[in-house]
Order: sequence, then structure tokens, then C-alpha cells
Amino acid sequence: MFDFSIVTRWFDELLRGTLGLGDFGAILIECVIVGLAIIIGYAVLAIILIFMERKVCAYFQCRIGPVRVGWWGTLQVFADVLKMLIKEIFVVDKADKLLYYLAPFLVITASIGTFSFLPWNKGAAVLDFNVGIFLVTAISSIGVLGVFIAGWASNNKYSVLSAMRAAVQMISYELSLGICLISAVILTNTMQISGIVEAQTGPWQWLIFQGHIPATLGFLVFCIAGNAEANRGPFDLAEAESELTAGYHTEYSGMGFGFYYLAEYLNLFVISGLATTIFLGGWAPINIGIEGFDALMNYIPGIVWFLGKTFVVVFLLMWIRWTFPRLRVDQILKLEWKYLMPLSLVILVLMTVCVAFGWTFTIA
Amino acid sequence: MYYTLFITVLITAAFLVLAAYVTAKLLGPRSYNPTKGEPYECGIPTYGPSWLPVHVGYYLFAILFLMFDVETVFLYPWAVVVKTYGPLALATIGFFMLVLVFGLAYAWRKGALEWK
Repeated sequence: MFDFSIVTRWFDELLRGTLGLGDFGAILIECVIVGLAIIIGYAVLAIILIFMERKVCAYFQCRIGPVRVGWWGTLQVFADVLKMLIKEIFVVDKADKLLYYLAPFLVITASIGTFSFLPWNKGAAVLDFNVGIFLVTAISSIGVLGVFIAGWASNNKYSVLSAMRAAVQMISYELSLGICLISAVILTNTMQISGIVEAQTGPWQWLIFQGHIPATLGFLVFCIAGNAEANRGPFDLAEAESELTAGYHTEYSGMGFGFYYLAEYLNLFVISGLATTIFLGGWAPINIGIEGFDALMNYIPGIVWFLGKTFVVVFLLMWIRWTFPRLRVDQILKLEWKYLMPLSLVILVLMTVCVAFGWTFTIA
Repeated sequence: MYYTLFITVLITAAFLVLAAYVTAKLLGPRSYNPTKGEPYECGIPTYGPSWLPVHVGYYLFAILFLMFDVETVFLYPWAVVVKTYGPLALATIGFFMLVLVFGLAYAWRKGALEWK
């Protein structure tokens, strides 16, 4: 497979050798390029996802969605971004100004932090710590703080209620999410994300095949919990517009609201990307042990595999969102604590038994 | 190098928010009137403070979360070595898992998982 780290190493040597920069200069330029790449990727994906969501939800509801701006409505999202940028940023008089402005920073930090862990290709992840999975869960829980602070600082009764709901829902579903990730760690023996993907190259080596029953259940639980974690789908009672106006971002105008909108869609992408990385092989192509077929699949670049699989999961989550009605708060907590949490513990034990006695699926 | 990149990611996030805020401040209009400064509660004038105590159920679930989250954190270092130790790993974590399950069962039995 194509290894992107060859390109980065060549670039590093270009800066240090040919251009004769020192350690500091080379690292600075590389960091700036990485930062720009993250921002561009983030913005482009947000635009694609928002457009996709609007079209997908339109077709699920027998509408046609945005069609006026640009061909087939393709410029609609650009118009929306422009509108958000030229709106006034306005704070409620009695709001806690410091926390009010701090909250988007936390939300976006959590979103970009987890986003930069995604392995786009072999050697093309921005962050690749040896405790990768653990750090992803740690960073993603900062998002809860951002949402909670946003609602609390707004000094609006609906926002406070929504912040409480969002917090209790997000922390609850984090548990099943974490346990599903642990079951993947058990199977691959490593917490490093590149190592996890590396373990999935080869015939029928995606974790969902390797770990058969527990991994399939884990994938389902991960998708449900991830959907709740991103405050979407049937679990969007934090922004239930029929009860709470707009929820925790009621008092945010223009770009302030834009951050939450951005973070919501990117969290959807991150959850799908993580589900892909952990269970569906990340950038690893599907191999079935037939030489010709495998060679053909390996010819397709890793980023195509990653994005393809991720967008399939994104579509799945959008399908769930636009099909099921919103749950009540007691139903949400019941679903997590009485169904998903015991189920994920069962998955954990099953996976441990499978791995300990070597009952995983591998072709010799 | 990883820590440099990690700091870069954090700075990137802060920069993105700051840049968007500054752009919006520069491009957007500015006007003020007292009605605009009120919180939006569906057009009804707001009554009393909003920072009030809320339903106790939220705290109950937060405490439960804290308990289980700390316990799952302890599972991570164990998860990395399951393949190396085989059935022994299952035996060593058995008691710990039992406590975890008993904790959940106890909370369930006590009615802590009901939303009242």
C-alpha cells in the first residue's frame, strides 16, 4: 500500500537539507502546514456533510432540498456560511460573558482534537500516540464541558435545561462508547490507532470479521452510542425545538451558533471515522484471500477506502436520524443504563473469552 | 514530535474559533437596544434568575457515570495485554468485572436508574 509517511519524510528532508533550515524553522513550517491542512479539511468536510445532510433528509421526507443556489443547490452551504459570518455577534445582557465566549473554544477543541486522530491513509494521521484510543476518549469528553458551559452561561431557562439534558446524555453514552473501544483494544493488542488499522490488513482481517459476534454487536452499540454522543438522531433532545426553542445555543447568534453547527457535523464524521477505523478496517482494503481480487483492491488508495467506508457509516447515521422520532429523557437514560451498558459489558466479556481462547476468525 | 503536533492541533482549534469570531465582529453590524439584551424565552419576559437548582436525577446519573468511567479507565492497561496472557487475563480481571457488574446491579436494584 502507498505509505504517506514517505512524502512527509521527503518534505522534512527538503526543508532541512536542500533549504538548509534548522530544527526550529523546519518544525515551525511543518506545524503551520499541518494546521492549515486541518482547517481546510475541517471546513471542506463540514460543507460536504451539511450539504449531504440537507439533501439526504430532503429525500427521506419526499422533498427535494436546496435547489435554488447554484446547480442542484450546491452553493447553498457557501451562502449559509457567508450569512453566518456577516451576522452580528450578540450577547445577552445578563449572560456570563467569559464562559459564553469560552464555550465554543472547548467544543471546537474537542472536535478538532478527535478529528486529527483519524487515519486517512497509511502514515497520514496527524496525531498517532501510543495511547491513541485512550486519548481520543479523553479529548472527546471536553465537548461535554463546552456544551454544558454554553447552556449555563446563556442565562436562559431553556438553555440551562438543555445543557443539563445534553450533559447527562453525553456522559452516559460515553461509557458504552469507551467499553466498545476497549473491546477493540483487546482484539488488536494495542491502543495506537495506526497499529489497530495495521492489524486489519490481510484477508478477512477487519475487526468486524476477526471478532465476529462481539465485534458486530460492538459496532452496533458504537453507532448508537456515537449518535447519542454527537447529540443527533433520535437522541437530539438537547435541542428539541418543540420544547426548548433551540437548546443550549439559543442565545448564540451568527458565527457563535455556527461553531456548534460545525462541531455537530464534524462530530458525526469523527464518530463514523472512528467506527470505520476500529471496526471496518480504516484505510485497509477488503481482502478475501484470492490473489487477483486482493491485488485489485490493494490498488485502490487507502484514502478512498477510508472516506468511502466513513461516508457509508455517515449515511447510516443520517438514515437513523431522519427515520426515528425523538426519545424522552427517561427513555434515553433507560436505553443507555439498562440496555446498552449491560450489553457492552457482555460484549467485553465475550471478546475477552474469544481472544483468550483464540476463537477469533483468522485465515491461516 | 507528537507533543509538538498535539500543541499545534490545540492552537489550530483556538485559531479557527478566534479567526471566525474576529471576522464576524468585523463584518457584522452593531446595534443595541434593551429588548435585544433579554434572553429569548419564546417572547415571554423572563421571570426570576435562570441559574436555579435543577432536578436531582441529573446529579445521580453524573455520580454513576463517575464511578463507571473510573472503572473503565482501569480496564485500558489490562486490555492491551489480554492477548499475551490468554486465559490468565480473564481470571485476573474476573473479580474486577464482578465488582463492576455488581455495582450496576446494585444501582439498578436501588432504583437509581429510574428517571423520576
